[in-house]
Amino acid sequence: MANGGTGTKIVKWVDTRLPIFSFMDHALRDYPTPRNLSYWWNFGSLAGVVLVVMIATGIVLAMHYTPHTAMAFDSVERIMRDVNYGWLIRYIHMNGGSMFFIVVYIHLFRGMYYGSYKNPRELLWWLGVVIYLLMMATAFMGYVLPWGQMSFWGATVITKLFSALPWVGEAVTEWLWGGFSVDNPTLNRFFSLHYLFPFLIVGVVVFHLVALHTSKSSNPLGIDPRGPQDTIPFHPYYTVKDNFGLGVFFIIYAVFVFFAPDFFGEPDNYIPANPLSTPAHIVPEWYYLPFYAILRAVPDNFVGLWAGLGYIIINAKLAGVITMAASILVLFALPWLDTSKVRSGRFRPVFKWFFWIFLLDVAILGVCGAHAPDEPVFSWFKGFEYLALAQITTAYYFAHFLIILPILGKIEKPLPLPTSISEPVLKGGSSAGASATAQPMEKA
Amino acid sequence: MMRKLAVSLIALSGLVAGAIAPVMVMAAGDTAHPKAQHWSFGGIFGTYDKPQLKRGLQVYQEVCAACHSLRLVAYRNLAALGLDEKAIEAIAADKELPGEPDDEGEATTRKALPSDKFVPPFANEKAARAANNGALPPDLSLMTKARVGGPDYLYALLTGYKEEPPKGVKVPEDMHYNTYFPGHNIAMAPPLSDEGVEYADKTKATVPQQAKDVTAFLQWAADPFLEDRKRMGIKVVLFLIFLTGLLYAYKRKVWAKLH
Repeated sequence: MANGGTGTKIVKWVDTRLPIFSFMDHALRDYPTPRNLSYWWNFGSLAGVVLVVMIATGIVLAMHYTPHTAMAFDSVERIMRDVNYGWLIRYIHMNGGSMFFIVVYIHLFRGMYYGSYKNPRELLWWLGVVIYLLMMATAFMGYVLPWGQMSFWGATVITKLFSALPWVGEAVTEWLWGGFSVDNPTLNRFFSLHYLFPFLIVGVVVFHLVALHTSKSSNPLGIDPRGPQDTIPFHPYYTVKDNFGLGVFFIIYAVFVFFAPDFFGEPDNYIPANPLSTPAHIVPEWYYLPFYAILRAVPDNFVGLWAGLGYIIINAKLAGVITMAASILVLFALPWLDTSKVRSGRFRPVFKWFFWIFLLDVAILGVCGAHAPDEPVFSWFKGFEYLALAQITTAYYFAHFLIILPILGKIEKPLPLPTSISEPVLKGGSSAGASATAQPMEKA
Repeated sequence: MMRKLAVSLIALSGLVAGAIAPVMVMAAGDTAHPKAQHWSFGGIFGTYDKPQLKRGLQVYQEVCAACHSLRLVAYRNLAALGLDEKAIEAIAADKELPGEPDDEGEATTRKALPSDKFVPPFANEKAARAANNGALPPDLSLMTKARVGGPDYLYALLTGYKEEPPKGVKVPEDMHYNTYFPGHNIAMAPPLSDEGVEYADKTKATVPQQAKDVTAFLQWAADPFLEDRKRMGIKVVLFLIFLTGLLYAYKRKVWAKLH
């Protein structure tokens, strides 16, 4: 409240009883933020804004939507045709899903490049991964609600993955379905949970922010602020910078909503769900494609290998499911797999390359996820199919985390770190003179 | 910093585009790729050509409606094509629907009203299949959205019939060869013929003309708010560009104190 200007009597009266104004000042105004954050640091608050947009539009859509297999598809079309500005609200929500994942993927890869997960931010990173997992579940259930062909068949393929669990697989799957196939009870519970999960996300976001405000923001240099000269108050500097970024983001978002609203969608989802007719290609939404590729990359002949590792009671499907789960769960171990003491990729000349190769690897996995496994990668060479490409890139995906990062941290010689944040900022980044010492990052 | 970010974003979108493009290509499969047509509703300033939609409605009513339903569109929606109340009432009144039971509890029928959705040609799926050699004519309400290629595909399909299939290709009985249909064998017989309809506005009713008109009509049926959407979009994007410009200037001003 020190630099408030809001110190009216009422505010003071409330604040001594319930310190919401102090809290907001602390979190949004005074919060000391490194002065050198680049635009890559915009994507956290951006994700928060998209979450709010999704909840706001989602609540309105829920007022008009009917979660019944006989009526769901038509109720969505009623929103598109008869509800005032229903088309706008639905297109904002529909494209908002893709926008949310774009923003979060950039946020996540930013964290990877700048080592934002390292000591003391391990729990901050964990909470982020939990948010990501909740987002995946929420988006999956949301995609089922319009009850188009892809809704139905996507739900069938994904829920059937649980049947791969040993002994309890069948029971768990039928419990999830509420019956013996994806049907009305499934749609009902997906609607209920699709409404619930965003609020769980809000809850975890609060923890994410508490953890952030405790360990403070990382920064492109990856060194800790040494004093007040290295930080600036969040307001007005980052509020205005975030708002500018938000403007740019909304322009891109609006272009999709108004001029290409079905760009991210599958035409098949404008066909009502039909359990008797399977689409030629069941493709998940683009943001799942890399994981879909990993899931399908484990064919029968891998079972022997897995069995050798001690998993006796598994089949190829279970091996695929385990591999896919591991591909996300490995993110939890990332803070300890990356053994380098230097946070920022800017001072890690070799890591930098491996980061971009990893990004490319994930992009290729996405391409594999969009193709049938037995389709040749090159039209002029039939011998190399997407399955093989997916297997190579899956192997590399895990090698990046389990082999490259642990070893690289030990053998790579990092560049000399600057002594403080304000130094290169104030001296216009003349790094050679500014960085006298070549010490690795201090442990906070 | 800004330039670096822009370069990175471009690189990133390149990666994403690289990941998405093959999906689009894949969806087309091994069938011929429909040629892009010029549509009045294309582009960010696109609008519907009302006379064309009216002709398309005529083609739908006189040709397609014999087998294909349009169950999500109401007769009242035709006002968007420039039809007046009387004309809409007349179109609706051509069709009969089951009505309320009468005072004796007997079933009745009534004439369709402007508030009713287009009355389907068949009572149920079985009746539709029985009348079409076992094939089910799909509902057309969302056809241009529900097929890869959208209106271009629909136009290509309607004009893509071949009387003689390519050498060595055998077309099963009751099937027809179409260059653009996935798998090429389509149950629907060539629906359009030259002068198959007589346009009220005297436009020459060639097959390509009818195909174009009915596709435009079905695009409207699938996306009735396209014009509102694009018009609003231009205003929204211009406003956001202006606002973002102001925010950028303000950001520069605030940050100038620091450097």
